Amino acid sequence: MYRYDELDQRIVDERVEQFRDQVTRRMAGEITEEEFKPLRLMNGLYLQLHAYMLRIAIPYGMLSSTQLRKLAHIARTYDRGYGHFTTRQCIQFNWPKLEDTPDILAELAEVQMHAIQTSGNSFRNVTADQYAGVSADELEDSRPYAEIIRQWGALHPEFSYLPRKFKIAVTGSANDRTAAKFHDIAVILKKDDAGETGFEIMIGGGQGRTPMIAQTVREFLPRHDLLSYLEAIMRIYNLMGRRDNIFKAKLKILVYKLGIDEMQKLVEEEWNQIKDGPLKLPQAEIDRVAAHFQPLPHETGESDARALDVAKFESPAFARWARTNVAAHKQPGYAIVNLSLKPTGGVPGDATAEQMDAVADLADEYSLGEIRVTHEQNLVFAHVRESDLLPLWRALDGLGFATPNLNLIGDMICCPGLDYCGLANARSIPVAQRIGKRFADLDRQLDIGELRLKISGCINACGHHHVGHIGILGVERKGEEYYQITLGGNPAMDASIGDIVGPAFSSDDVVDAVETVVTTYVELRADGERFLDTYRRVGQEPFKQRLYPEKTDAAA
Amino acid sequence: MALQIFTGNRVADGIVVYLDDAGGWTETVSQSRLIATSEDEAAATEMAEKASDDAVVADPYLIDVTEDGGEIRPVRYRERIRAYGPPVHPDYVKTTPSDADHFTPGGGASRQSSDGA
Repeated sequence: MYRYDELDQRIVDERVEQFRDQVTRRMAGEITEEEFKPLRLMNGLYLQLHAYMLRIAIPYGMLSSTQLRKLAHIARTYDRGYGHFTTRQCIQFNWPKLEDTPDILAELAEVQMHAIQTSGNSFRNVTADQYAGVSADELEDSRPYAEIIRQWGALHPEFSYLPRKFKIAVTGSANDRTAAKFHDIAVILKKDDAGETGFEIMIGGGQGRTPMIAQTVREFLPRHDLLSYLEAIMRIYNLMGRRDNIFKAKLKILVYKLGIDEMQKLVEEEWNQIKDGPLKLPQAEIDRVAAHFQPLPHETGESDARALDVAKFESPAFARWARTNVAAHKQPGYAIVNLSLKPTGGVPGDATAEQMDAVADLADEYSLGEIRVTHEQNLVFAHVRESDLLPLWRALDGLGFATPNLNLIGDMICCPGLDYCGLANARSIPVAQRIGKRFADLDRQLDIGELRLKISGCINACGHHHVGHIGILGVERKGEEYYQITLGGNPAMDASIGDIVGPAFSSDDVVDAVETVVTTYVELRADGERFLDTYRRVGQEPFKQRLYPEKTDAAA
Repeated sequence: MALQIFTGNRVADGIVVYLDDAGGWTETVSQSRLIATSEDEAAATEMAEKASDDAVVADPYLIDVTEDGGEIRPVRYRERIRAYGPPVHPDYVKTTPSDADHFTPGGGASRQSSDGA
């Protein structure tokens, strides 16, 4: 993992004391809420429905066990005993007191964490692949580049007043796990014909009110030019992005308005002026950062496949978990383990202080003291010996984090919704809980197969509903909560935006509607087809007919 | 005019509070100061502005309520969720005599200024 140097630490420590002074002045009435709001937002502090909310950055989703214990301590000492892992690989606490936040930030700084740029119109936490550095399917470890981008973008003076928040994803795998094409900038590792590492750069993706898939602005960018090219994009956006209309302020709108060709021309013109300047990344600097991400000391040796097979034979529950929640590791004898934070009927992404402490202990025992947070609101142990899978599964099962539902219908992304969020129009968590209970039968979930269901409580789409195979959007109509269903969204490299299937469903009816969609798929699917495959083959009509039989009959 | 009360979030800890009869701020919605006339509103607004100026309450605003036998109930469900706590965490729901139906539909989500996502 990246470790702060003296400069990093000083910046974070100074920021804490700066914020302590701002809080003191606010508490004394020396500054108004209007004046204080931009200051607190720069430090990740929101004011939500019930209380303040503090969102803490977890750079590209990587945590040490020491850091996780600190988060548990904060949950226990300053909050109400739990935290919520978010769809931006961060964690948020829903009940901190304003007067405590400087102390919370000081405690975070002790373990090299902060809440800078987790809110407001800033350059947000870089999204990264939770399997980076260990997956069998990646081209190269993407984390050094995510860290280089983090260092460049943190407190960048030129980009402290962007038109809107700005999100970058970095991925080194063709099996994208970052929803890269739905970011303002997607940085996708690639090799040229000479075998040199560089990037395909895509821009203008995003969800929210106007979902768009990113488009390629450069097929191949040499790695030494990464920062100058990103800076050129940001400069064009900073100059030309709209600030007069919040709904048209994102980069995606600018790209759409100008067209990708014109945008590319402007970016390349700007880049040509700065590409050979101080932002040129020397190999020595790439190597310096990459040294923080050297492969951890895995033991060598072949996997004892027979022992694992015996364990699976003796425990069908373990076998099912190993099938759904364990992924291939590039090192023989090791595995990647996904901890599902989606227990049946639970709140997706929530963890108590006790669970965080226990996960930190298990990470020390089984995964070299490292934890990763996914944008799908789960946790990952990236360095587990195959021979440890059985005892680890038993321990996780006891914690409630071994539900074997990864990428199945129970593994929902869900925003906090109107239970907490000041923006939301409708609640999303109770819908997730009811769907979870309806599909509680894990054998049925397995039979349904891969199905990404994503729920947002408003059009800002923090719950990624646009890219759900089944997406659910909470809306408010005449004072009641309604839920609009979209079908066919997909966040992966073959990205698509879900289609609205028809009129929204009431809160009472939405779970039945999801069941109707699922049973329709099961009836229509061909051998080996996932939900998304079937939907792409048959289109929306069969689902529409089953969801709205009266309308279909009337039209016939 | 519709029956109203003043609400906001307490600056020190962000907790939802309501202006009460004594000019203080209570966490219990049914102890709110009811505003039924323009004179009531003028007096309450003065108190709310002072609380805002003194950094006691952040951005106080008026909401519509109903009153029945001493129980004051916000009209909009967003405000009922603020008043009674997040329904998904029963530990943090403030119990009141009839909160079982506080989350049932019946009022729109009011649009207050927010911090963005």
